[in-house]
Amino acid sequence: MAVKDFIRERFFPHIWCPGCGHGIVLNSLLRAVESLGMSKNEIVMVSGIGCSSRISGYLDFHTLHTIHGRALAFATGVKLSRPELNLIVPMGDGDALAIGGNHFIHAARRNIDLTAIVMNNRIYGMTGGQFSPLSGCGVMATTAPFATVDQSFDVAELARAAGATFVARSTTYHVQQLTKLLREAILHEGFSVVEVLTQCPTYFGRRNKMGGAVEMMKWFKDNTTPVGSKAKTENPALIERGIFVQTERPEYCKAYDQVIERAQKGKK
Amino acid sequence: MVETQTKPKLKEHRINRAWCKGCGICVAFCPKQVLELDDQDKAVAARPEDCIACKLCELRCPDLAIEIITE
Repeated sequence: MAVKDFIRERFFPHIWCPGCGHGIVLNSLLRAVESLGMSKNEIVMVSGIGCSSRISGYLDFHTLHTIHGRALAFATGVKLSRPELNLIVPMGDGDALAIGGNHFIHAARRNIDLTAIVMNNRIYGMTGGQFSPLSGCGVMATTAPFATVDQSFDVAELARAAGATFVARSTTYHVQQLTKLLREAILHEGFSVVEVLTQCPTYFGRRNKMGGAVEMMKWFKDNTTPVGSKAKTENPALIERGIFVQTERPEYCKAYDQVIERAQKGKK
Repeated sequence: MVETQTKPKLKEHRINRAWCKGCGICVAFCPKQVLELDDQDKAVAARPEDCIACKLCELRCPDLAIEIITE
């Protein structure tokens, strides 16, 4: 199947700004799904609210466009009722970790077999450039005209601590790695998190004088390094990309099946 | 001889002008400087003879507007 077979062409060109990284995540995701040889009917995409969550409208899978921050809660419901389906949950940084922060840690704790993609552009783009829990310190935003003082979450560390069994990070510059990581995350049985550093040239780039989409992608190239590289020990400010966690732990739906079996014992 | 058979050879750059938003990502990151933006800010293959069909433009296009067709 060609990648074009997975999209709803009637909604293109999409709503995202020129150079928006979300389109690159969409592109990589399509290629990951294509390489897995999955049928469109085996995949359910559940998204919340925000620029990033618009992705579900463009893809011709089973799609649910739900409420702000609650995509993982809806996805948990779908997965428990139809465990044979593959659930992909794309979220923005605010959607996943501010509004949906609680759902995020609890989905990780349960280790339910979902693939969460955190499209981290460090800003609320759709509502006009407010800072998010991933903006970090010293960032300019419409709600921080004199720069933020808030520390940011490290998504990978948070997901690991909460119990996610697959945690990875990449950027929109490193598309080949991104496709590979998304593919592995979908294949992984358990809660998988892929953080993607993506550019918002309209709000984050402009406010922070980082240039356009091209300059922001070059920033990803220059400021990231593979996990465990020597460069990281020399320059701790570099952001690591690659797989941080890949472990096995009982999956929630499977564990629940055993509960059902125990409860039904002797009643049939 | 073997090498020419394993390397994909470019047939055409299929650029969807209606979807291209002129962000310039394909132009900036093409390793062979094949692409340019025209006067309407749409990507065009200015030097297709230099293309090595690495498909990085296709993979990085946020608008799914480029397709590299190989022989």
